[in-house]
Amino acid sequence: MADAVRDVIIIGSGPAGLTAAIYTARANLKPLVIEGEISSSGDQPGGQLMLTTDVENYPGFVDGVLGPDLMATFRAQAARFGAEYRTEKATRVDLSSRPFRVWVGDDEHRARSVIVSTGARSLMLGVEHEIELIGSGVSTCATCDGFFFRGRDIAVVGGGDSAMEEAIFLTKFADKVTVVHRRKHLRASKIMQDRAFTNPKIEFVWDSVVSELVGDTKLEGVRVRNVQSGEESTLAVTGLFVAIGHAPNTDLFRDQLDMDDAGYLLTHAGTRTSVEGVFGAGDVQDHVYRQAVTAAGSGCMAAIDAERWLESQAHAGDTAGTPSEW
Amino acid sequence: MDNVTTLSDATFDEEIKATAEAVLVDFWAEWCGPCKLISPILEEIANEHPGKLRVGKLNVDDNPAVARRFEVMAIPTLILFLDGEPKKRLIGAKGKGQLLQELEEFL
Repeated sequence: MADAVRDVIIIGSGPAGLTAAIYTARANLKPLVIEGEISSSGDQPGGQLMLTTDVENYPGFVDGVLGPDLMATFRAQAARFGAEYRTEKATRVDLSSRPFRVWVGDDEHRARSVIVSTGARSLMLGVEHEIELIGSGVSTCATCDGFFFRGRDIAVVGGGDSAMEEAIFLTKFADKVTVVHRRKHLRASKIMQDRAFTNPKIEFVWDSVVSELVGDTKLEGVRVRNVQSGEESTLAVTGLFVAIGHAPNTDLFRDQLDMDDAGYLLTHAGTRTSVEGVFGAGDVQDHVYRQAVTAAGSGCMAAIDAERWLESQAHAGDTAGTPSEW
Repeated sequence: MDNVTTLSDATFDEEIKATAEAVLVDFWAEWCGPCKLISPILEEIANEHPGKLRVGKLNVDDNPAVARRFEVMAIPTLILFLDGEPKKRLIGAKGKGQLLQELEEFL
């Protein structure tokens, strides 16, 4: 069963999707936001900010704001102007014919335009037992699980801002946090590097990668290999937090929208994708900036692009006799 | 809510044995975002299955002993108890559909 054809469907509900929802709702386009499914990963309603605590760099909040609180206000703001939500995952899309179709299970939704803002998710290490040990030492959510490592020794893998943020946050609980990074220098911003280097609980293991997880039912240690010397050693840690980068959530759009080699959506002339009427916003098309504020900005751009495109189609319809549905 | 009980270190053993229904214990904390998301869903599931399932809320901040006893190292963790015995463990937040699927045999 399909409902009426809508002006716009927004897939994804991080800062990009919800800002697009605010703008399209205020433009009276009555957006349907398919906001994703609840999980403990960054691929969930509200997006990656749901797994953070203090956001100190979102403009407008002198004293910072909690990530989940920020996203709750975005969502409420869009709802105030009439945005509708489905708290489920889009399972299939057909962007090859018009109106575009988006499925949630067996439910079919149709729209004249689609804004894709499905974001990115954290990469895992891909070593053996990693998935089985989630919740038993391996964590995908430092803010959720850090508490359980009070007085323990733990490891954080990665060298960027997210890794430093997690390491610093985890020193609130852990006795010692060892950062394992595959290079000799951090990629993190100066301010985060300074905070990490001056934190007495943080140690660094350079030029190294995690090669193996030790422990059957719970994590007892990690094997670390030095990529320069090939030397292996074991860190006796009971917790492992991974922050080694991101991959875009674009599986749904494979073979339908143009992407780069890493799977990020290619956009041009603002937020246009390779299919006219489909727009991309936020981390799903941005592996460079990846900030809440840049995602929100591009969500606004996508909403304005979609609104203008819909207008141009409506006028074209006046003369070309497009079906009334258009 | 009638189908949702607050548990504590002191009352835990007594409460999970006091009923013939399955008790789904929700290990949670105030600072855990995903915990807040599943909380209303668990309440819904309990209310939709009266006589079958109750939800027991256990705040891990205030009740570290029970959390430690069941080796909870991530939240939300859900452990389903039947006749006082742990029968199933679910780690991480999940949507309603997925939760119902995982709990099917007890509903």
